[in-house]
Amino acid sequence: MTEESANKNDENMSEKRKTAAFYDVDGTLISTNVIHAYAYYALNSPSMLDRVKRASKLIGSLPMYWIADKYDRKAFNDAFYANYKGFTEDRLVILGEEIFEKIIRPNIFEGAFSLIKNSKAQGHDQILITGAIDYITKPLAQYLGVDDWVANRLEIKDGFATGRLIKPMIAGANKALWVRRYAEKKGYDLDGSFAYADSGSDIPLLSVVGNPCAVNPDFKLKTTARAYDWPVLNL
Amino acid sequence: MTHWMNNQVRILDDDSLPRYMHYAEDFITYKFPEGTRVLYPKPPMAAIKNRRAAIRQALNNPEGGVEPLHTQLKAGMKVTIAVDDISVPLPPMKRPDLRQDMLEIIVEQLVENGVEDFEIVVALALHRRMSEAEIRRMVGDKIFDAYYPKKLYNMDAEDPDALVVLGQTDQNEDVQILKRAADSDLLIYVNINFVPMNGGFKSIGTGLAGYKGIKHHHNPETILKCKSYMDPKNSALYSSNERMGRFINETINVFHIETTLNNKMYDDSMMFLARAEDDWSPSDHMKFRSMQWALSKLPRKGKRALFHKIPADYGLIGVHAGPTEAVHEKTLEKCWQQHAVKIKGQADVLVYGIPFASPYNVNSILNPILVQVMALGYFFNMYRGMPVVKKDGTLIITHPCYDEFDPEHHPSYVEFFNRCLSQTNRTCELRKWEEEFATNPNYVEMFRRGNAYHGVHPFYMWYWGENGRDHIGNVIVVGAENDHVPARLGWLTAKTMDEALEMARDFHGPNPDITMMHHPPFMVADVE
Repeated sequence: MTEESANKNDENMSEKRKTAAFYDVDGTLISTNVIHAYAYYALNSPSMLDRVKRASKLIGSLPMYWIADKYDRKAFNDAFYANYKGFTEDRLVILGEEIFEKIIRPNIFEGAFSLIKNSKAQGHDQILITGAIDYITKPLAQYLGVDDWVANRLEIKDGFATGRLIKPMIAGANKALWVRRYAEKKGYDLDGSFAYADSGSDIPLLSVVGNPCAVNPDFKLKTTARAYDWPVLNL
Repeated sequence: MTHWMNNQVRILDDDSLPRYMHYAEDFITYKFPEGTRVLYPKPPMAAIKNRRAAIRQALNNPEGGVEPLHTQLKAGMKVTIAVDDISVPLPPMKRPDLRQDMLEIIVEQLVENGVEDFEIVVALALHRRMSEAEIRRMVGDKIFDAYYPKKLYNMDAEDPDALVVLGQTDQNEDVQILKRAADSDLLIYVNINFVPMNGGFKSIGTGLAGYKGIKHHHNPETILKCKSYMDPKNSALYSSNERMGRFINETINVFHIETTLNNKMYDDSMMFLARAEDDWSPSDHMKFRSMQWALSKLPRKGKRALFHKIPADYGLIGVHAGPTEAVHEKTLEKCWQQHAVKIKGQADVLVYGIPFASPYNVNSILNPILVQVMALGYFFNMYRGMPVVKKDGTLIITHPCYDEFDPEHHPSYVEFFNRCLSQTNRTCELRKWEEEFATNPNYVEMFRRGNAYHGVHPFYMWYWGENGRDHIGNVIVVGAENDHVPARLGWLTAKTMDEALEMARDFHGPNPDITMMHHPPFMVADVE
């Protein structure tokens, strides 16, 4: 098969199958991140002592999180989500909605709304894929009116968070794996689909779709985007 | 010995000097064969010394029997001032830009007459947003500091709330315009006329519209019906804009101020570049050789950055204000006085060099699609009456055809070139992707929030070359540094001008009529 006929076939296939736009969330659609959300949880712990303990631990761990985030997203998640140990599920749900209202909603990038609106208008299903936890992601997904979403889920035992994530962890290369499986299950044409992310750790996610797009990229992603002619957006 | 047909037309002899041609960020020279006709631009017309006085005079004594601007201004009215963007003139002119003079005077009159509700909009249509620094340079510090960004801003043709469709022309064309302008009691359009295709009904018909309106005339059918973009009376593109403009003028109170520039592209020390080589002094020849040598030592990026920093020394030769048609008639008259070069008969072979700049890559790269539009769109259309080259004639251009794109200004061009043009360069087939590019959410956002041209823009640039492609038999590019760019554009290649002329002889016989258009500075050939 020649390249030309392959392209034509690809395009005919694209016309027949549905397409999606996959969005990383933190730094891509909103200017806050998982640490802001946890800080809110920590500062709203029921007892003063617990608040002080959790806040101090968070502050002390910030340099380690920064390093872990740069070099190993999985290590970051393992270390970071351990902070949630001991929260009750009820509290996580209630505070998750509060966090959305007070922290997330005011920090949605202005351009995120029109990007999603235009993408919807082109017939792409809108899907969020985020390393944040589900309690926070759900109200955001509802607010943005997306079609589906996936987020990390905390393991809950006897009504309390254990500080571990339920596998598969949504981070780094796992996002790409999730998207491929999801597309296969739902019948999406990945070649005609779009993906948006801000971090070098999301390069695998961007690489599985035909229309990758770097949004407010960090240095690593910007370099990759420039090398491969991916569009770069600043929302 | 070179023969003078008139001051702008020279017939080369066996012992005539070599001619220089632009070759992107460089210059090359070539000794053309005996009998080659070379067309030169007219010398710059004398510039009006007191620009501000001339602008005031035009505003106070408008054409077409309308009231002076200041008497039309009333306290409490809503006014929108639309201003041409960075695509004209080329290169950008020395400070103060003419738009600064016009805006300062107009704003002064608005304030004096108690008009508070006014906004200044850069009429971008589907062009890229201008940066803050570019806007400041264009409007001057005083206007910028007072009004940016709340009352001085880039138009956003993809903001669903910013545009409105007023209705349709009798040819079913959607008349789309900036809503703020449509809602205003008075729309003032501040124009710079660089070549005859600028200004008139096109200023508002295109400049303040979005994709929904512009697609009615920026399409292959309309382009193919244009005899020359530079001749509004014979341009289907202009006719469509005229229908839209007349529709708009029936709804909105429009007051134009149009200015015409001379062609003084270089300052005095470099003006020899606009003259025939035969007339250069020994010092001019020395300067040219030194410049060529210096450029040969610089990397391309350095040359590009350097050239984009050199402003042009344009002078004002005409300023007229009032209703669209009456003003534009006067503007065109001045334009023709400056640019028209009378010639007799068409050529078998037309030659011109492609420089580093086009209206669409100010402070950026002339990518392959823009090279194409300069060769087959702009330069080919620099005529009135008949094209300079015969039907099925040969066009020889000089350009390295580098495969370089600016990812911030031209992101959709990258995809157009690599995905679409790699499959076909037939316009009827390329069109199937137009809507997809125009509505691609990535390109929409890059256009709205970055500095990118609209997603559809590479298609328009391709269409813009359509009447040149239709007319010309073969395009031969001299000095291309790769094979794939010319191949995708549908062009032949030659390593040297000798080889290109030899190829042309294969098409047209041993003694083809050769004409070289020695621009820029620009000229428009009046072909009889």
